[in-house]
Amino acid sequence: MSRERIPRWRPGYRFQWEPAQEAFVLLYPEGMVRLNDGAGMVGELIDGQRSIAQIITTLSDEFPDEDIGGDVDDFMQVAHEKHWLQFA
Amino acid sequence: MKSTGSSSPDTTRPGMPFWLLAELTYRCPLQCPYCSNPLDFAAQGKELTTEDWFRVLREARAMGAAQLGFSGGEPLVRQDLPELISEARRLGFYTNLITSGIGLTEAKIADFRERGLDHIQISFQASDEDMNNLIAGSPKAFAQKLAMARMVKAQGYPMVLNFVTHRHNIDRIDRIIDLCLALEADYVELATCQFYGWAHLNRLGLLPTREQLERAERITNDYRERLAREDHPCQLIFVTPDYYEECPKPCMSGWGSIFLTVTPDGTALPCHGARQLPIAFPNVREHSLSHIWYNSPGFNHFRGDGWMPEPCRSCDEKAKDFGGCRCQAFMLTGDAAATDPVCAKSTHHDLILAARAEAETATRRIDELTFRNAPNSRLIARVTPT
Repeated sequence: MSRERIPRWRPGYRFQWEPAQEAFVLLYPEGMVRLNDGAGMVGELIDGQRSIAQIITTLSDEFPDEDIGGDVDDFMQVAHEKHWLQFA
Repeated sequence: MKSTGSSSPDTTRPGMPFWLLAELTYRCPLQCPYCSNPLDFAAQGKELTTEDWFRVLREARAMGAAQLGFSGGEPLVRQDLPELISEARRLGFYTNLITSGIGLTEAKIADFRERGLDHIQISFQASDEDMNNLIAGSPKAFAQKLAMARMVKAQGYPMVLNFVTHRHNIDRIDRIIDLCLALEADYVELATCQFYGWAHLNRLGLLPTREQLERAERITNDYRERLAREDHPCQLIFVTPDYYEECPKPCMSGWGSIFLTVTPDGTALPCHGARQLPIAFPNVREHSLSHIWYNSPGFNHFRGDGWMPEPCRSCDEKAKDFGGCRCQAFMLTGDAAATDPVCAKSTHHDLILAARAEAETATRRIDELTFRNAPNSRLIARVTPT
């Protein structure tokens, strides 16, 4: 998947912090996915403006010792397959 | 209920009520003979006020509820629905409107959107006008539903279409799916009628035969394969009726586990069918939701597995299906703590087998069913001692 692509949440899908669960979740019609910490950090940067490459750069600045690129690619892959995301 | 993301249940303290179903009213312009509302809905107490609902929403949200369903009856009948939507969204709920589409207008759909409504689910009774209107007991229902479904999509909502299927419409499942795809539904619930409330009363005229069910499932699977090949986002959800299962469903993901219903008069229930059980359930007018969820005898009644009789008690599936559905056990055996008769191990499983056999020869027509309306409800309430 090209890192130039710009992800945005599918209409009707809402990403938000849930204080009671101390986690980010993705809410959609009659359902909810609880995201792990890594997925939550990627999710926070999905705004329909940033490309995948920009998301990777932002996270790499924050976590210089980790291989962020592969993790972000994996997340995009899965989220796209599950139709959580669309690409602009 | 789809994925909640919750995994290991905490055995010491119940989890959070992720799902709040707000049954705002039992009033409804339609008369579907499989309605899951109680038979004696016409005899229930006064509806909660707007302020009552605000408090319920606030308390549920503070306890971790994330999904909120506005349901009924027909929730559009409540004049304060717009305010309730605004407040729910302000609190951070994902707000679902579960409606027949009757009473919806373009202006309302737009207003709800501005107020933050996340999703609208419209129920249909059939894929064609005559059958739909016959089942709904309303001559104009189908045209209105079609118009509203198109409007919901046009205004950018995700859309779930819900079809309750039964012996009179299940053979047209291909046309039902075609209609949903044409309307660009994001999810389609093909829910074979489950037998609670009015559906239980009308079971003989609703339960499909095994052959009908298997054919419908096969056709649905063909569509699923086609949609997957096309990477189509529409998801088809097929619900098999309990009556053709050998293992009971994990009803509500377990009693008082993730699901909380508040009925129009404020009675809090672990599921929308539980009102009929011989258990005292608390009312939100008298108790906080936190007390209701964690401490009330009603919500603790069937938590854990201490209440289970044999064969559930020693069954290695008990943590998976929680003994099945308490309402079904009660309706069929008279004992709410009995093993769900759907289970092949239940000593009452013959009741399920008999119902299946009955379906093979049933001749009851749609116009012979008891329709869900206030006169019928009052009549039933009078003749059924409670």
